[in-house]
Formats: sequence, structure tokens, C-alpha cells
Amino acid sequence: MTTRSDHFEVILAGTGGQGLILSGILLAEAAILEGKNVVQTQSYGIASRGGLSLAEVIIDTEEIIFQQVQRPDCILALTEEATRKYEGWAAKGVPILYDSTLANARTAPNFTGYAFTQTASDLGNEMSVNILALGTVAAKTGVVRMETLEQMIRKRFKGTAVEMNLKVLAAGRDLTAR
Amino acid sequence: MSHATGTKYLKGGILPHMWCSGCGIGIMLGALLRAFEELDYTTTDTVVVTGIGCTGKADDYMITNALHTTHGRALAYATGIKAYNPRLNVVAIMGDGDGVTIGGNHFIHACRRNIDLTAVILNNLNFGMTGGQVSGTTPPQRYTSTTAYGNPERDFDICALAEAAGANYAARCTPYHGWEMKENMKEALTKKGFSVVEVVSPCPTHFGRHNEMKETPDMLHWLRDRAISIEDYRRLPEAERTERLAIGTLVSRDFPDFNTQYELVKARAQKG
Amino acid sequence: MQGNHAIAEGAIYAGARFYAGYPITPSSEIAEECSRKLPKLGGVYIQMEDEIASIAAVIGASLAGAKSFTATSGPGFSLMQENLGLAVMGEVPCVVVDVQRAGPSTGLATRPAQSDIMQIRWGRHGDQSVIALCPSSVKECFTLTVTAFNFAERYRVPVVLMPDEIVGHMRENVEVPAPGELEVVDRKRPAGPPADYKPFKADEDGVAPLAAYGGEYVFHVSSSMHGLDGYSNNDPANAAWRVKQLHEKIDRHRDEIVLTKRFGTDDADVLLVTLGATTRSGRAAAIEARRQGVKAGVLQLQTVWPFPDREVAELGRRAKMIVVPEMNYSGQIAGEVRKAVGPDVDLRQVNRYNGTIITPQDILAVMLGAK
Ligand SMILES: Cc1ncc(C[n+]2csc(CCOP(=O)(O)OP(=O)(O)O)c2C)c(N)n1
Ligand code: SF4
Ligand SMILES: [Mg+2]
Repeated sequence: MTTRSDHFEVILAGTGGQGLILSGILLAEAAILEGKNVVQTQSYGIASRGGLSLAEVIIDTEEIIFQQVQRPDCILALTEEATRKYEGWAAKGVPILYDSTLANARTAPNFTGYAFTQTASDLGNEMSVNILALGTVAAKTGVVRMETLEQMIRKRFKGTAVEMNLKVLAAGRDLTAR
Repeated sequence: MSHATGTKYLKGGILPHMWCSGCGIGIMLGALLRAFEELDYTTTDTVVVTGIGCTGKADDYMITNALHTTHGRALAYATGIKAYNPRLNVVAIMGDGDGVTIGGNHFIHACRRNIDLTAVILNNLNFGMTGGQVSGTTPPQRYTSTTAYGNPERDFDICALAEAAGANYAARCTPYHGWEMKENMKEALTKKGFSVVEVVSPCPTHFGRHNEMKETPDMLHWLRDRAISIEDYRRLPEAERTERLAIGTLVSRDFPDFNTQYELVKARAQKG
Repeated sequence: MQGNHAIAEGAIYAGARFYAGYPITPSSEIAEECSRKLPKLGGVYIQMEDEIASIAAVIGASLAGAKSFTATSGPGFSLMQENLGLAVMGEVPCVVVDVQRAGPSTGLATRPAQSDIMQIRWGRHGDQSVIALCPSSVKECFTLTVTAFNFAERYRVPVVLMPDEIVGHMRENVEVPAPGELEVVDRKRPAGPPADYKPFKADEDGVAPLAAYGGEYVFHVSSSMHGLDGYSNNDPANAAWRVKQLHEKIDRHRDEIVLTKRFGTDDADVLLVTLGATTRSGRAAAIEARRQGVKAGVLQLQTVWPFPDREVAELGRRAKMIVVPEMNYSGQIAGEVRKAVGPDVDLRQVNRYNGTIITPQDILAVMLGAK
């Protein structure tokens, strides 16, 4: 699957503490670097940990008027709660990439389960599940180039975290190859 | 050397002033202005920040820069002035209601921040301006217009509070001891860091009247009789201290002040 | 860049060198950004003990010569009211950012609202006027912050910038204006002999020059009723002059202060009157309505106070219907619109007060729904 047009909307949903807002920011900044207009918004609870937390990113070559996702081109759901919240979209043809480690398996069309949390944990850092899943979303949708995301990671992180996150990003990308 | 009068900081043509006869505020102001004069303060480099109350009216009579603020907030305004322009001499003049009752939070944080201000708190043990109501410094069991059966609460010890909260300087004086008051004012003004001068003062009109000190000088005599130098006070056995009022320099130390610390912050920020 | 960061950057661009505040969601990013940037620029960042102290310190610093500001949200903004009144009374330039969140009380700390509109206008005791601006995008967060400082400096008033949480936390790509690209206004300074300086003696334009503590001009500023020289003055004639002057200096510059944006209003049968994030919902709804054959247009209120009543009346009287979407229960903007257009216009409200966003569909339903 590649981007259907020059307008792209994605929802990254999970729980507070998974770092999805950062994934949204990295995706948005990568798109800016590629010359697009972006709007990134977020919705989260008062706690730094737990509760539904989500980032929305809209990418367009034109001015983006309404800042909220209206019809997503892709949904990432990292918890059962998040998957349940958005599962209605699958029947309308929207691909939902969900975390099969934390959410129950779905067999209906347009659901693809990936063991995001398990894979991140196998790589020695469960906290980097946000970067891992970002790699998967980017590879799956082609909305931004992998090299641009790598550039963003080099800019955002320092020291050993750079290599670690690049490794995790690549692992996310590779999940789609399976 | 000619004798400092402090009158050069006074606005002409505004007498009579608003304070009652026997009130301590005028004596406090006199001591402060003489201290200004002895320290060669100018009207341009001095900012007086006042609160609301009888004490807070002091700026009406002065020709230095002034900011007459809201009740209890003088120290917060003064903090903004001093933080932005450390070269200014910034003096906050407040009542006990202003300084440690409604403004108690600003007071302890100004002490903690140790910002180089001088706070003069005229403690007349009640809210003078609004009719003699109970204050955070009214002693227990005392009568005020809102404690008709005696104050059920305890009072703050302003200097002890300043010490515990981190101020560099705290002194207590009374209008009976005018020369010492001026000396304490000078120490406070020259001390880097946060300084407090508590002036325990008569309010014959309200506190005095409610507490069997009806005649104008009664409260002043009451203060005179209770006052004892801090050195003598420290020598007194515990049991004899309760009714006494320790006066003089109670706290003097040299923790780094806010502006000095902030310069370090700026230096680090500009290097990095 | 995030909306809140754009506000901090806009303030610095406008020359702000003093920030005092007390953190509160959803405004804290402004404080954080200032704490990083201001010391680098030789400015002051100070975290105060509460919002009462924050606005007080901001006013003190302004009188010492700084362009100064603070940022907060509803609970903190409530605490600032008394001292904000001093900024009005003492004619002290400063900017207060109220990133609006859903109330009442602690409410929904992380969710958006547009429910402080009336508090911004009327929240303080005593009759007084105020200027308030509301951005709808990250770019406007930057530019309207610069405008807010310009108005504060030009008219010697506090100015409230009132983004909602959506705009404060939204990220968009923005081109940061180059130095010199946007106008930056500095307060008028006195020029005559220091002995003659009267801090409240207005020039022709209704605004008096303002000195800074520490310079050659010595001056008094007071929260109490005062005369030209800043000293207490309880004379009724003086009080009347003072209150009138505080209102008039804003009223007479009303046309320079009132900023609106129009999207497809020329031929609009349906006029949407919007502010902040709901401008974007409104614009999306208008585009969709036109696709369905209904001529809709949007009037965005960049300036909320003084209220753009003439602009609303001009467009509103031409329209067959006015729709006002706003994130509050009571229709704080709708009431003002009604005042501006009179009783005969078909005025419809779209209100949300649950901390979620008004969507274009919400507006379309009201706009296209039966009368
Ligand atoms: C916010 C607020 N609350 C209450 C008042 C009313 N008020 C004015 S002065 C004052 C107390 C003054 O007492 P103090 O600070 O001790 O000054 P004094 O008159 O005793 O010198 C009060 C309660 C006010 N002006 N503002
Ligand atoms: S009421 Fe009390 S404090 Fe006020 S002026 Fe009279 S004596 Fe002084
Ligand atoms: Mg008092």
C-alpha cells in the first residue's frame, strides 16, 4: 500500500507512557522535511502513565484546514482499549495495525497484528515500542521515507540512544516484510 | 556631619498626614527615611513598593519611585522589579496583614528565594485600616473587633518565620527605640539578600482601645516595658521570656541572593 | 513547531525579556521554553509561588522597563484577576496568555475549551476595558503574540492572548518571521524635563509616555485612584476622568485593535462567526456546505475584545443565517453576536462543553438542518 493521494491522515493510539505523541512529532517533522504541510494534534489524560493517549497527524501538500483526522488512511493501535475504540474503521476499509502482544487477535479484513511490544522487548527496550511502531507505519504506508525518519531520530536523540532507536526503527520496518 | 532628617524624601504640602496620633507608622517612616539619607539613596535609584493598609499609605508622602500595589502582594511586585533591575534599591513597606497574613506565602518565598529586597513590616497586631480586626500576628486571647471573646489562634513570630524560611537578615524594633530602628533599617538596606525589619507598633485607635490601652501613649509604654535587647533576652531563663519582646538584630547571615544565583544561570545558559 | 512554543518564540521576537509564571496544563510548555531561552538572551525567567505573584512580578518588571509576560490556564487566570486590574489601573504594558482548558474549577485539565471569554472581559472588579486576541493556528500563535505585545506597548494596557488547548498543543510547520519582518512596537518614553514628568498625562493619542524605574524620571504608580502624577486622589471629578480615560484610550483606537479574517464572506448566505480552533472546523464546514450548494462564509475573530461588533453586524445583516460554534455551554460569543445584529437574525449556536472538539459535521448539522 502506498499513499493514495497527497492528503494523508493517521491516528496513533495507545496508552499514556508509550510515547506515541513523540512518534507523531517525528512523523510530522519528517513530513515537513519532505516539504509537506502538517498538523499534529494530541489527546491525552492528566496522568503521564495509563489512560487512552493518542496523536493525530495530517499531511498534505495543500493548506490543512481542519486540524483533526476525519477519515484516517491508517490507524496504529497499541493497546486493546485503543484497538476497540477504532475497530469500526476497519469495516470502512481503513487498515488498522494493532499490537498483538497487548490486544486480542482480530481476524476481520483490514486488521494486521504485529507483536510490537514483544519485539521491542526482545530488542532489549520495551520503552521504544513507539519508534518501532513508527517504523512499521512508515514502511506500510510509505507516507514518509525511512531515511527521513532516520534523520529525525539523529536530530532528536543523543549518544547511544541514536543507534538504539535506529535499530528499533529498522526492526519496525522489517515487521512488514514478514 | 549634619544630622540626617530624611525630609528630602518627603513630598511637600501634604500635611496633615492620615495617621492617628500615637500611631507608630510615622516613626517607622522617619527612621527609614533617615536611613535612606545616611546611605545616600537617591529618588531615582530607589523604588518603594507598598501594600494596602494604614502602613501601605506610606508612599503617598514620599518622592522616590513608588508602586502602591494590592493587599498582600507588595513583595511579589518588588520581586519582579528587583529581578529585572538588580541595581535598584527596592524596599517593600507593609502592614502585618499585608506582610504575613494575606501575603504570608509571598513572604516565605521571598525569604527562600533570598531576593535582595528590604521588607519593612509594621506589626501593629491587627488590621488598622479596616477597623482593627484580628491578624496573623494578633497574640492569643487578645481582643480585636472580630475577636470579641479573645483570639482563639496563635500569632506568627515574623522574625522566626523569616529565619526559618531562609532570609539573610531579620531585626525587630519598636517606635520607642527610634535610633536603634534606624540602625536596623540601615543594616537591612545594606544587607545583600532578603532582609526584614519588623516594627512592633502601637495602634492606639484599635488594638490599644480593645486591649485596655486606651490612652494614646499606653501602647507605646507597653512596648517599651516588654522590649529587651536580643542579647539580654538570650540570657533570660526560658520561663521569664514569654512576656518579653526581643529587639535588635535577630538574624544576620550571608546566603547567596537570588540575583547572584541568577547571574550564574545566565552564564551557564550563554556558554552552552 | 508547537502552538505554545510559537507563543514563547513570538514573545521573544517582540522583545519580551521577562517571564514570571506558575506551571499549569496546558500552558506549561511556554514556561519551559522561556526558561531555556530567556537566560541565553540575558533575560529573566522566574517561577513564582503562585499566579497572583506571577502577574505581580510581571507588572513590577514592566515598570522596571521590561517587556514582560506570563502564561497560565483557567485556575491560574482566576487567581490573576485582582492584579491584572492593577495593570489596567496603573496602565502597565504586559501580556497574559490564558491557554483555555475545560472547566468549571479544575475541570478537564488536558482538554480544550473556549469558556473564559467573559472572564477575560469582565473577570475583574471595577469597570474597565481590556484587549484580547485569539489564535487559530501555530502561525497565529506567533504573529498574534507579537501583536499582543505591540498593543500592550502602544496603548499601555495588559493584553490577554487566549488560545484554546487545541491550538496551544497543536504542531504545524511554520516559517518563523525574520527579524524586521513583523512590526515591533516599543512603549513611548518621556522626553521633557524629569521634574515635569506626569506618568498619567496622556498625549494626543490618549496614551501617556511611560518611564522605567531606575532612569532619570522618578514616578509613582498606584492601584488606588490617582491623579496625573500617580499620587492618590479621591476627588470624584478625578475618578471620573480616570475611568473614562482608561476606556477611551482603547475605544478610540478600536479600528486598529479589532482584527478579523474573512473566508468566503462576500456572497455568504450563511455566516459562521468563529474564534480559535473552531475557526478551522468552521472553514471546513463552509467548504463542504458550498459543495452542497449552500453559500457559507467564515468571519474569524482574531480580536475578541473589544468585540468586533461592527464587522459582525456588517456581514451578519447581509446573511440569512448566522452560526456560532464555540466550546462553551452558554454561548459567550453568540450573545455578543446577537447584541451586534439585533433580534431578527436567524442565529444558531453550536456548543460543546465536554472537552472535545467541535467538528465540521457538528456545524453542518446545525447549518443545513431544518429551521
Ligand atoms: C484582597 C483584599 N482583601 C481585603 C482588603 C481589605 N483590607 C484593606 S487593608 C486590610 C488590612 C490591613 O492590615 P495591615 O496590613 O496590618 O495594615 P495596617 O492597616 O494595620 O497598617 C484589609 C483586610 C483588601 N484591600 N484587599
Ligand atoms: S488605625 Fe491604627 S494603624 Fe491606622 S493610623 Fe490609626 S493608629 Fe495607625
Ligand atoms: Mg496591621
